[in-house]
Amino acid sequence: MNELSLSLSCPVPLPAGDRILLAHGGGGRLMHQLLEMVFLPAFANAPLEARHDGAVVTVNGVRLAFTTDSYVVRPLVFPGGNIGDLAVNGTVNDLAMCGARPLYLSAGFILEEGLAMETLRLVTASMRAAAERAGVALVTGDTKVVDQGKGDGIFINTAGIGLVECAGEIGPAAVRPGDAVLLSGDLGAHGVAVLSVREGLEFESPIVSDTAPLWEPVEAMLKAGIEIHCLRDLTRGGLASALNEIADVRRLAIRIEEAAVPVEEAVKGACEILGLDPLYVANEGRFVAFVPEAQAEAALAALGRRAVRIGTVLDDPSAVVILHSRIGGHRVLDLLSGEQLPRIC
Amino acid sequence: MKFIDEYRDREAAARLAQAIRRLVRRPWTIMEVCGGQTHTILKSGLEELLPPEITLVHGPGCPVCVTPVELIDKAVAIASEPSVVFCSFGDMLRVPGSTHSLFDAKAAGADVRIVYSPLDALKLARANPRREVVFFAVGFETTAPANAMAVWQAAREGLANFSVLVAHVLVPPAMAVILNSADCRVQAFLAPGHVCTVMGYEEYESLAARYRVPIVVTGFEPLDLLEGLRMAIAQLESGRAEVENQYSRSVRRQGNRAARQRIAEVFEVSSRRWRGIGEIPSSGLRLREPYRRFDAETRFALRALEAADSTDCIAGLVLQGLRRPPECPVFATRCTPERPLGAPMVSSEGACAAYYLYRHYERA
Repeated sequence: MNELSLSLSCPVPLPAGDRILLAHGGGGRLMHQLLEMVFLPAFANAPLEARHDGAVVTVNGVRLAFTTDSYVVRPLVFPGGNIGDLAVNGTVNDLAMCGARPLYLSAGFILEEGLAMETLRLVTASMRAAAERAGVALVTGDTKVVDQGKGDGIFINTAGIGLVECAGEIGPAAVRPGDAVLLSGDLGAHGVAVLSVREGLEFESPIVSDTAPLWEPVEAMLKAGIEIHCLRDLTRGGLASALNEIADVRRLAIRIEEAAVPVEEAVKGACEILGLDPLYVANEGRFVAFVPEAQAEAALAALGRRAVRIGTVLDDPSAVVILHSRIGGHRVLDLLSGEQLPRIC
Repeated sequence: MKFIDEYRDREAAARLAQAIRRLVRRPWTIMEVCGGQTHTILKSGLEELLPPEITLVHGPGCPVCVTPVELIDKAVAIASEPSVVFCSFGDMLRVPGSTHSLFDAKAAGADVRIVYSPLDALKLARANPRREVVFFAVGFETTAPANAMAVWQAAREGLANFSVLVAHVLVPPAMAVILNSADCRVQAFLAPGHVCTVMGYEEYESLAARYRVPIVVTGFEPLDLLEGLRMAIAQLESGRAEVENQYSRSVRRQGNRAARQRIAEVFEVSSRRWRGIGEIPSSGLRLREPYRRFDAETRFALRALEAADSTDCIAGLVLQGLRRPPECPVFATRCTPERPLGAPMVSSEGACAAYYLYRHYERA
């Protein structure tokens, strides 16, 4: 028998502010609070406050994009890729979302004692292949090893530098009322691929991560003369979080059509079983583009056959994302508090 | 996607809405009992399709919402024991107890794990014989069969390190409480399809007859709800009060016999406290005597806990359909999903969270 002691005082719960919760990393509202209450005040400067995927800085008249990201994923290897692919593509994509051609990456490895050398070889081989595909060079790095139990096999941090190749500013601030909102492809495959391995779920046709570099489609739009207003890759928190971040920074409402958002059958099925909403599931090779209405068709043509138009920016300062539902109703598509949690029934 | 897209079809929805508009002569207040149904209604914007005569009120069918504070406190206390692996469905983790949630306990070092099934907790118990594996057996009749099965299996295998913290509640007694209230506004019910998949709907027939109230067993997709509403409104307009089954692709009158047998073998009906509502006789389940050694409440000698609900939160009234979430004085001000004062703001099935998430433009 275990004796437990309990002390009860106020029936109102304490605000969850005294410790970091997992939800602080979920890409939802708690994470935004963390940014606003801890990081932004600590490091305040103009490029940071643009709140984009990377910072754009000007050095001797040259506009450079600079970004960093850390990668933690369990399992390290999943259908369609591994942590190495993510570590290269993720950072390459953050640069691409600034309208920048990715040039150089750094890689920092935190390895857990006992990690199989074969796993590390697999990951580095994937990083090399991903870098070649994206046309970037991995030019500097660092390695640390931590005690067993203090890491999850491999943690990777990559930083990247790219050359901005568009004349205008790309970012939430450039979004205009009336802009068309385009989506580069179907949603949810990456998040579901990882989750299905983690939860031991098997599907008739395996769901494969969508991890891919995104500079090529961005470059195609720039070459087609599209005046891109904003780009955002749909990683943690998915489409819903990305649209909310942009709506919030720009203080304009965005309206999207639920029926226009493509989700593969298998992904849809897995989401139904797990009680997840694909609009919040992470992707690693999908992005939204905000372009002038008059150029929407040309931009879609540049993006390729999987791209679709999903919505429009409204001249409405409420800064909410409104979803026109499949059955014809409306609702707000909000940020989640933290991660999506599986439901009871 | 097959069996999903058909039930979210825009034209079919418009046809059903049209049928409802043709039927309606007078104003009616209808309660959907289950939190899953509440979420579909708000998530699909279904109320926009209904004529103004129809008012939907949201019922108590959110297991997370009605689990009393003291039980969350017990869960946190048990989870904080170093020997314990505490397993729960995901959405219980954020629910505030008196001072902490299970997420807080996890952040402070407790071994709290999200599982999809109590049988996963059982696997953990087999794999970790030196740890005490406790499963938080929360839910209505829907989750009872799997929980009963886990306990039954543990007994058969003689798994000494597995136990369950039981917080099971039953739907029909809660509907009776709502109907007995002097302030009751509910004129018809959409009964929860998944609960009835397990239990059948014989029990609801006596409620319909006794209180002269139409009850339509209804599914969870937008078209299910529209059709359930059409059937309920047709009864109301013609003065009938019967149990009808809209969710016939899943529900039979007698329910799932094997599941009911397993529940009856492991659990017995008991009195339960509901968060925000209070004690309801014969409204819950507890382990029968031969299985009581798997009861976490006795295994971990917990002091009797008393914890009051927040005085500002009107969760009890919301759960009984007497108020809608935006009528609460602290809704979206002092009570938000990040800092919830009451459980309906926490759970993905809670009515307050649904309003907060999907309708917050109305706050502005």
